[in-house]
Amino acid sequence: MPNPLRSEGEAFRFLLGAVVYFAAIAIAGVINEWAGLVVFIVLTIAVLVWWWRAQKREAKPVEAMAVPHGPDDQRRILVVANETVGGAPLLDKIKELATGSNARVLVVTPALNSPLRHLTSDEDAARAAAQSRLDRSLAALATNGVQARGQVGDGDPVQAIEDALRTFGADEIVISTHPEGRSNWLERGVVENARERFAVPIHHVVVDLSREPG
Amino acid sequence: MATVDHAAHPPVAHQSSRVDARTLGMFLFIASEIMLFGSFFTAYFFVRVAAGTPWPTPPYQLPVFVAGMNTIILVTSSFTMHWALQSIKRGNRAGLKGGLVLTFLLGLSFLLTQILEYSRIGFTPHTDAFGTIFFCLTGLHGAHVFVGLTLLATATIRAFRGHYSPEHHHGVEIPGIYWHFVDVMWIVVYTTVYIL
Repeated sequence: MPNPLRSEGEAFRFLLGAVVYFAAIAIAGVINEWAGLVVFIVLTIAVLVWWWRAQKREAKPVEAMAVPHGPDDQRRILVVANETVGGAPLLDKIKELATGSNARVLVVTPALNSPLRHLTSDEDAARAAAQSRLDRSLAALATNGVQARGQVGDGDPVQAIEDALRTFGADEIVISTHPEGRSNWLERGVVENARERFAVPIHHVVVDLSREPG
Repeated sequence: MATVDHAAHPPVAHQSSRVDARTLGMFLFIASEIMLFGSFFTAYFFVRVAAGTPWPTPPYQLPVFVAGMNTIILVTSSFTMHWALQSIKRGNRAGLKGGLVLTFLLGLSFLLTQILEYSRIGFTPHTDAFGTIFFCLTGLHGAHVFVGLTLLATATIRAFRGHYSPEHHHGVEIPGIYWHFVDVMWIVVYTTVYIL
Protein backbone atom coordinates (compact mmCIF):
# COMPACT_ATOMS: atom_id res chain seq x y z
CA MET A 1 0.00 0.00 0.00
CA PRO A 2 1.46 3.39 -0.90
CA ASN A 3 2.44 5.39 2.16
CA PRO A 4 0.19 8.47 1.96
CA LEU A 5 2.88 10.57 3.64
CA ARG A 6 5.66 9.67 1.25
CA SER A 7 4.78 12.06 -1.54
CA GLU A 8 2.39 14.91 -2.20
CA GLY A 9 0.79 12.98 -5.05
CA GLU A 10 -0.07 10.03 -2.81
CA ALA A 11 -1.35 12.35 -0.08
CA PHE A 12 -3.58 14.05 -2.69
CA ARG A 13 -5.00 10.70 -3.83
CA PHE A 14 -5.55 9.75 -0.19
CA LEU A 15 -7.51 12.98 0.24
CA LEU A 16 -9.68 12.18 -2.78
CA GLY A 17 -10.36 8.72 -1.33
CA ALA A 18 -11.29 10.28 2.01
CA VAL A 19 -13.68 12.68 0.29
CA VAL A 20 -15.47 9.80 -1.47
CA TYR A 21 -15.52 7.64 1.70
CA PHE A 22 -16.96 10.30 4.00
CA ALA A 23 -19.31 11.74 1.37
CA ALA A 24 -20.90 8.30 0.88
CA ILE A 25 -21.30 7.82 4.64
CA ALA A 26 -22.70 11.34 5.11
CA ILE A 27 -25.21 11.05 2.28
CA ALA A 28 -26.43 7.65 3.49
CA GLY A 29 -26.52 8.92 7.09
CA VAL A 30 -28.65 11.92 6.16
CA ILE A 31 -31.11 9.69 4.30
CA ASN A 32 -31.31 7.15 7.10
CA GLU A 33 -29.21 6.64 10.24
CA TRP A 34 -29.04 2.87 9.76
CA ALA A 35 -28.17 3.25 6.10
CA GLY A 36 -25.25 5.45 7.16
CA LEU A 37 -24.09 2.77 9.56
CA VAL A 38 -24.34 0.07 6.89
CA VAL A 39 -22.41 2.17 4.35
CA PHE A 40 -19.77 2.90 6.99
CA ILE A 41 -19.33 -0.81 7.80
CA VAL A 42 -19.32 -1.93 4.15
CA LEU A 43 -16.87 0.77 3.02
CA THR A 44 -14.57 0.19 6.00
CA ILE A 45 -14.46 -3.57 5.33
CA ALA A 46 -13.84 -2.87 1.63
CA VAL A 47 -10.95 -0.54 2.47
CA LEU A 48 -9.44 -3.08 4.89
CA VAL A 49 -9.73 -5.92 2.34
CA TRP A 50 -8.17 -3.72 -0.35
CA TRP A 51 -5.36 -2.73 2.03
CA TRP A 52 -4.72 -6.38 3.00
CA ARG A 53 -4.62 -7.48 -0.64
CA ALA A 54 -2.32 -4.57 -1.54
CA GLN A 55 0.04 -5.62 1.26
CA LYS A 56 0.18 -9.16 -0.13
CA ARG A 57 0.76 -7.91 -3.66
CA GLU A 58 3.63 -5.67 -2.54
CA ALA A 59 5.34 -8.28 -0.38
CA LYS A 60 6.69 -10.34 -3.30
CA PRO A 61 8.44 -7.63 -5.32
CA VAL A 62 10.17 -6.32 -2.19
CA GLU A 63 11.53 -9.76 -1.30
CA ALA A 64 12.55 -10.50 -4.86
CA MET A 65 13.81 -6.98 -5.62
CA ALA A 66 16.77 -7.53 -7.94
CA VAL A 67 19.57 -5.01 -7.72
CA PRO A 68 20.73 -4.17 -11.25
CA HIS A 69 24.06 -5.77 -11.96
CA GLY A 70 26.38 -5.99 -14.92
CA PRO A 71 28.31 -8.95 -16.39
CA ASP A 72 30.11 -11.39 -14.05
CA ASP A 73 33.53 -9.91 -14.80
CA GLN A 74 32.38 -6.39 -14.09
CA ARG A 75 33.35 -4.78 -10.79
CA ARG A 76 31.10 -2.09 -9.40
CA ILE A 77 32.57 0.41 -7.01
CA LEU A 78 30.47 2.85 -5.05
CA VAL A 79 32.38 5.83 -3.69
CA VAL A 80 30.87 8.03 -0.97
CA ALA A 81 32.74 11.20 -0.19
CA ASN A 82 32.03 14.83 0.45
CA GLU A 83 34.69 17.47 1.19
CA THR A 84 37.39 14.86 0.65
CA VAL A 85 36.00 13.87 -2.72
CA GLY A 86 39.00 15.20 -4.66
CA GLY A 87 41.68 13.93 -2.24
CA ALA A 88 44.71 12.09 -3.61
CA PRO A 89 44.37 9.03 -1.31
CA LEU A 90 40.80 8.56 -2.48
CA LEU A 91 41.73 8.89 -6.14
CA ASP A 92 44.58 6.41 -5.57
CA LYS A 93 42.23 3.92 -3.89
CA ILE A 94 39.69 4.17 -6.68
CA LYS A 95 42.42 3.67 -9.29
CA GLU A 96 43.71 0.67 -7.32
CA LEU A 97 40.30 -0.96 -7.19
CA ALA A 98 39.44 -0.12 -10.77
CA THR A 99 42.74 -1.19 -12.31
CA GLY A 100 42.86 -4.55 -14.08
CA SER A 101 39.15 -5.15 -14.19
CA ASN A 102 36.12 -4.05 -16.08
CA ALA A 103 35.12 -1.55 -13.40
CA ARG A 104 32.20 0.82 -13.13
CA VAL A 105 32.53 3.60 -10.60
CA LEU A 106 29.69 5.63 -9.10
CA VAL A 107 30.63 8.59 -6.93
CA VAL A 108 27.95 9.78 -4.50
CA THR A 109 28.35 13.11 -2.76
CA PRO A 110 25.87 13.64 0.10
CA ALA A 111 24.29 17.07 0.15
CA LEU A 112 25.34 18.07 3.65
CA ASN A 113 23.15 20.72 5.20
CA SER A 114 22.71 22.61 8.47
CA PRO A 115 20.03 21.25 10.84
CA LEU A 116 17.94 24.43 10.50
CA ARG A 117 18.04 24.36 6.70
CA HIS A 118 17.32 20.62 6.78
CA LEU A 119 14.23 21.20 8.95
CA THR A 120 12.94 23.86 6.55
CA SER A 121 13.75 21.70 3.51
CA ASP A 122 16.06 24.45 2.24
CA GLU A 123 18.55 22.15 0.56
CA ASP A 124 19.06 23.82 -2.80
CA ALA A 125 22.36 25.44 -1.81
CA ALA A 126 23.64 22.22 -0.20
CA ARG A 127 22.86 20.24 -3.33
CA ALA A 128 24.51 22.85 -5.55
CA ALA A 129 27.66 22.78 -3.41
CA ALA A 130 27.70 18.98 -3.46
CA GLN A 131 27.26 18.99 -7.24
CA SER A 132 30.18 21.39 -7.59
CA ARG A 133 32.46 19.12 -5.50
CA LEU A 134 31.26 16.10 -7.42
CA ASP A 135 32.04 17.72 -10.78
CA ARG A 136 35.59 18.49 -9.65
CA SER A 137 36.03 14.94 -8.42
CA LEU A 138 34.78 13.37 -11.64
CA ALA A 139 37.11 15.61 -13.62
CA ALA A 140 40.05 14.54 -11.42
CA LEU A 141 39.14 10.88 -11.88
CA ALA A 142 38.91 11.34 -15.65
CA THR A 143 42.34 12.98 -15.64
CA ASN A 144 43.67 9.88 -13.85
CA GLY A 145 42.08 7.59 -16.42
CA VAL A 146 39.10 6.43 -14.37
CA GLN A 147 35.73 6.87 -16.02
CA ALA A 148 33.11 7.42 -13.33
CA ARG A 149 29.66 8.83 -13.08
CA GLY A 150 28.30 10.67 -10.10
CA GLN A 151 25.21 11.77 -8.27
CA VAL A 152 24.32 13.99 -5.35
CA GLY A 153 22.85 11.94 -2.51
CA ASP A 154 20.89 12.32 0.68
CA GLY A 155 22.47 14.47 3.40
CA ASP A 156 22.80 11.36 5.59
CA PRO A 157 25.72 9.40 4.06
CA VAL A 158 24.35 6.00 5.15
CA GLN A 159 21.02 6.84 3.58
CA ALA A 160 22.86 8.04 0.47
CA ILE A 161 24.59 4.64 0.25
CA GLU A 162 21.31 2.80 0.64
CA ASP A 163 19.68 4.92 -2.05
CA ALA A 164 22.60 4.30 -4.41
CA LEU A 165 22.60 0.54 -3.74
CA ARG A 166 19.00 0.32 -4.88
CA THR A 167 20.02 1.30 -8.40
CA PHE A 168 23.70 0.39 -8.44
CA GLY A 169 24.57 -3.13 -7.33
CA ALA A 170 27.95 -2.30 -5.83
CA ASP A 171 30.55 -5.01 -5.21
CA GLU A 172 32.57 -2.68 -3.01
CA ILE A 173 31.98 0.57 -1.21
CA VAL A 174 34.63 3.20 -0.57
CA ILE A 175 33.89 5.78 2.14
CA SER A 176 36.22 8.73 2.33
CA THR A 177 36.50 10.87 5.46
CA HIS A 178 38.73 13.42 7.15
CA PRO A 179 41.19 12.06 9.73
CA GLU A 180 40.00 11.02 13.20
CA GLY A 181 39.24 14.06 15.34
CA ARG A 182 38.34 16.24 12.38
CA SER A 183 35.75 13.98 10.78
CA ASN A 184 32.11 14.53 11.61
CA TRP A 185 31.30 11.28 9.80
CA LEU A 186 33.69 9.27 11.98
CA GLU A 187 32.27 10.93 15.10
CA ARG A 188 28.79 9.86 14.00
CA GLY A 189 29.99 6.33 13.28
CA VAL A 190 29.10 6.46 9.59
CA VAL A 191 31.64 3.78 8.62
CA GLU A 192 30.56 1.41 11.42
CA ASN A 193 26.88 1.99 10.66
CA ALA A 194 27.46 1.27 6.99
CA ARG A 195 29.33 -1.95 7.88
CA GLU A 196 26.43 -3.10 10.02
CA ARG A 197 23.83 -2.21 7.48
CA PHE A 198 25.23 -3.33 4.15
CA ALA A 199 26.52 -6.76 3.22
CA VAL A 200 29.17 -5.32 0.90
CA PRO A 201 32.92 -4.97 1.58
CA ILE A 202 33.64 -1.45 2.76
CA HIS A 203 36.94 0.39 2.36
CA HIS A 204 37.58 3.41 4.53
CA VAL A 205 39.93 6.00 3.06
CA VAL A 206 41.27 8.83 5.20
CA VAL A 207 42.06 12.04 3.35
CA ASP A 208 44.00 14.75 5.16
CA LEU A 209 43.27 17.85 3.15
CA SER A 210 45.90 19.84 5.04
CA ARG A 211 48.52 17.65 3.37
CA GLU A 212 46.95 17.86 -0.05
CA PRO A 213 48.89 19.90 -2.63
CA GLY A 214 47.28 23.19 -3.62
CA MET B 1 48.24 6.03 1.23
CA ALA B 2 46.11 6.00 4.36
CA THR B 3 43.48 3.34 3.94
CA VAL B 4 41.62 1.22 6.44
CA ASP B 5 40.06 -1.93 5.00
CA HIS B 6 37.25 -3.54 6.93
CA ALA B 7 36.11 -7.15 6.91
CA ALA B 8 34.68 -8.40 3.65
CA HIS B 9 31.71 -9.93 5.43
CA PRO B 10 30.07 -7.54 7.85
CA PRO B 11 28.03 -8.84 10.77
CA VAL B 12 24.36 -9.54 10.25
CA ALA B 13 22.45 -6.31 10.69
CA HIS B 14 20.24 -5.96 13.70
CA GLN B 15 16.57 -5.59 12.85
CA SER B 16 16.47 -2.12 14.38
CA SER B 17 19.16 -0.91 12.04
CA ARG B 18 16.93 -1.83 9.11
CA VAL B 19 14.19 0.63 10.09
CA ASP B 20 13.95 3.36 7.51
CA ALA B 21 14.16 6.66 9.35
CA ARG B 22 11.72 8.46 7.08
CA THR B 23 9.16 5.68 7.34
CA LEU B 24 9.51 5.65 11.11
CA GLY B 25 9.11 9.42 11.21
CA MET B 26 5.98 9.28 9.10
CA PHE B 27 4.36 6.64 11.24
CA LEU B 28 5.25 8.55 14.41
CA PHE B 29 3.66 11.62 12.86
CA ILE B 30 0.51 9.68 11.95
CA ALA B 31 0.40 8.13 15.41
CA SER B 32 0.70 11.50 17.15
CA GLU B 33 -2.05 13.00 14.97
CA ILE B 34 -4.32 10.01 15.55
CA MET B 35 -3.80 10.26 19.31
CA LEU B 36 -4.35 14.00 19.35
CA PHE B 37 -7.52 14.05 17.28
CA GLY B 38 -8.57 10.69 18.74
CA SER B 39 -8.65 12.11 22.26
CA PHE B 40 -10.93 14.93 21.12
CA PHE B 41 -13.17 12.57 19.14
CA THR B 42 -13.40 10.28 22.17
CA ALA B 43 -14.75 13.19 24.20
CA TYR B 44 -17.11 14.03 21.33
CA PHE B 45 -18.53 10.52 21.09
CA PHE B 46 -18.80 10.25 24.87
CA VAL B 47 -20.81 13.46 25.09
CA ARG B 48 -22.98 12.65 22.11
CA VAL B 49 -23.47 8.89 22.35
CA ALA B 50 -22.68 7.71 25.89
CA ALA B 51 -24.13 10.73 27.71
CA GLY B 52 -26.91 11.11 25.13
CA THR B 53 -26.54 14.88 24.91
CA PRO B 54 -28.62 16.31 22.01
CA TRP B 55 -26.41 17.45 19.14
CA PRO B 56 -26.51 20.39 18.83
CA THR B 57 -28.11 21.34 22.13
CA PRO B 58 -31.45 23.11 21.48
CA PRO B 59 -32.03 25.90 20.60
CA TYR B 60 -28.61 26.17 18.92
CA GLN B 61 -28.04 25.29 15.26
CA LEU B 62 -24.79 24.48 13.53
CA PRO B 63 -24.12 26.47 10.32
CA VAL B 64 -24.01 23.37 8.13
CA PHE B 65 -24.25 25.29 4.85
CA VAL B 66 -21.49 27.79 5.66
CA ALA B 67 -19.25 24.99 6.92
CA GLY B 68 -20.08 23.06 3.75
CA MET B 69 -18.92 26.00 1.65
CA ASN B 70 -15.81 26.15 3.80
CA THR B 71 -15.26 22.44 3.12
CA ILE B 72 -15.44 23.09 -0.63
CA ILE B 73 -12.92 25.94 -0.21
CA LEU B 74 -10.51 23.70 1.67
CA VAL B 75 -10.82 20.76 -0.73
CA THR B 76 -10.32 23.17 -3.64
CA SER B 77 -7.14 24.41 -1.96
CA SER B 78 -5.79 20.87 -2.11
CA PHE B 79 -6.31 20.87 -5.87
CA THR B 80 -4.42 24.18 -6.22
CA MET B 81 -1.66 22.80 -4.00
CA HIS B 82 -1.40 19.73 -6.22
CA TRP B 83 -1.35 22.00 -9.27
CA ALA B 84 1.49 24.07 -7.77
CA LEU B 85 3.67 21.01 -7.25
CA GLN B 86 2.88 19.50 -10.63
CA SER B 87 3.77 22.85 -12.20
CA ILE B 88 7.25 23.05 -10.68
CA LYS B 89 7.86 19.41 -11.60
CA ARG B 90 7.30 20.48 -15.21
CA GLY B 91 9.41 23.62 -14.82
CA ASN B 92 6.39 25.94 -14.87
CA ARG B 93 7.32 28.60 -12.30
CA ALA B 94 4.23 30.73 -12.98
CA GLY B 95 2.04 27.74 -12.19
CA LEU B 96 3.99 27.11 -8.98
CA LYS B 97 3.57 30.71 -7.81
CA GLY B 98 -0.08 30.87 -8.86
CA GLY B 99 -0.90 27.56 -7.21
CA LEU B 100 0.79 28.49 -3.94
CA VAL B 101 -0.80 31.94 -3.79
CA LEU B 102 -4.24 30.48 -4.50
CA THR B 103 -3.76 27.74 -1.91
CA PHE B 104 -2.70 30.29 0.69
CA LEU B 105 -5.65 32.58 -0.08
CA LEU B 106 -8.14 29.70 0.02
CA GLY B 107 -6.70 28.49 3.32
CA LEU B 108 -6.86 32.00 4.73
CA SER B 109 -10.48 32.30 3.54
CA PHE B 110 -11.28 29.07 5.36
CA LEU B 111 -9.72 30.31 8.59
CA LEU B 112 -11.38 33.74 8.42
CA THR B 113 -14.75 32.15 7.65
CA GLN B 114 -14.34 29.88 10.65
CA ILE B 115 -13.51 32.85 12.90
CA LEU B 116 -16.59 34.64 11.53
CA GLU B 117 -18.63 31.50 12.21
CA TYR B 118 -17.41 31.46 15.81
CA SER B 119 -18.45 35.07 16.36
CA ARG B 120 -22.01 34.47 15.10
CA ILE B 121 -22.71 30.94 16.25
CA GLY B 122 -24.57 31.98 19.39
CA PHE B 123 -22.90 29.71 21.94
CA THR B 124 -19.47 29.57 23.54
CA PRO B 125 -17.16 26.89 24.95
CA HIS B 126 -18.63 27.72 28.37
CA THR B 127 -22.25 27.10 27.32
CA ASP B 128 -22.29 23.33 27.89
CA ALA B 129 -20.42 20.14 27.00
CA PHE B 130 -21.63 20.35 23.41
CA GLY B 131 -20.18 23.86 23.06
CA THR B 132 -16.89 22.81 24.63
CA ILE B 133 -16.43 19.82 22.34
CA PHE B 134 -17.49 21.77 19.26
CA PHE B 135 -14.98 24.56 19.85
CA CYS B 136 -12.21 22.14 20.90
CA LEU B 137 -12.54 19.96 17.78
CA THR B 138 -12.94 22.76 15.25
CA GLY B 139 -10.38 24.92 17.09
CA LEU B 140 -7.83 22.11 17.08
CA HIS B 141 -8.29 21.78 13.35
CA GLY B 142 -8.10 25.56 12.96
CA ALA B 143 -4.73 25.51 14.73
CA HIS B 144 -3.53 22.93 12.19
CA VAL B 145 -4.74 25.18 9.36
CA PHE B 146 -2.80 28.08 10.89
CA VAL B 147 0.38 25.97 10.97
CA GLY B 148 -0.27 24.92 7.37
CA LEU B 149 -0.70 28.55 6.31
CA THR B 150 2.63 29.39 7.93
CA LEU B 151 4.32 26.61 5.92
CA LEU B 152 2.55 27.75 2.75
CA ALA B 153 3.61 31.36 3.33
CA THR B 154 7.23 30.22 3.63
CA ALA B 155 6.99 28.14 0.45
CA THR B 156 5.29 31.00 -1.42
CA ILE B 157 7.94 33.55 -0.40
CA ARG B 158 10.68 31.13 -1.43
CA ALA B 159 8.94 30.50 -4.78
CA PHE B 160 8.86 34.25 -5.49
CA ARG B 161 12.54 34.49 -4.54
CA GLY B 162 13.38 32.00 -7.27
CA HIS B 163 13.81 28.88 -5.17
CA TYR B 164 12.73 25.38 -6.29
CA SER B 165 13.31 23.64 -9.58
CA PRO B 166 11.94 20.54 -11.34
CA GLU B 167 14.63 18.48 -9.54
CA HIS B 168 14.51 20.15 -6.12
CA HIS B 169 11.12 21.02 -4.68
CA HIS B 170 11.02 19.41 -1.23
CA GLY B 171 10.09 22.79 0.23
CA VAL B 172 6.80 22.60 -1.66
CA GLU B 173 6.24 18.85 -1.38
CA ILE B 174 6.40 18.65 2.42
CA PRO B 175 3.92 21.51 3.09
CA GLY B 176 1.74 19.93 0.39
CA ILE B 177 1.59 16.62 2.23
CA TYR B 178 0.79 18.41 5.47
CA TRP B 179 -1.91 20.50 3.78
CA HIS B 180 -3.67 17.44 2.32
CA PHE B 181 -3.77 15.81 5.73
CA VAL B 182 -5.19 18.96 7.30
CA ASP B 183 -7.92 18.71 4.66
CA VAL B 184 -8.54 15.04 5.43
CA MET B 185 -8.92 15.87 9.12
CA TRP B 186 -11.42 18.61 8.29
CA ILE B 187 -13.49 16.18 6.22
CA VAL B 188 -13.64 13.87 9.25
CA VAL B 189 -14.56 16.78 11.56
CA TYR B 190 -17.17 18.18 9.19
CA THR B 191 -18.83 14.82 8.57
CA THR B 192 -19.04 13.81 12.23
CA VAL B 193 -19.69 17.17 13.89
CA TYR B 194 -21.86 18.99 11.32
CA ILE B 195 -23.54 16.33 9.20
CA LEU B 196 -24.17 13.16 11.19
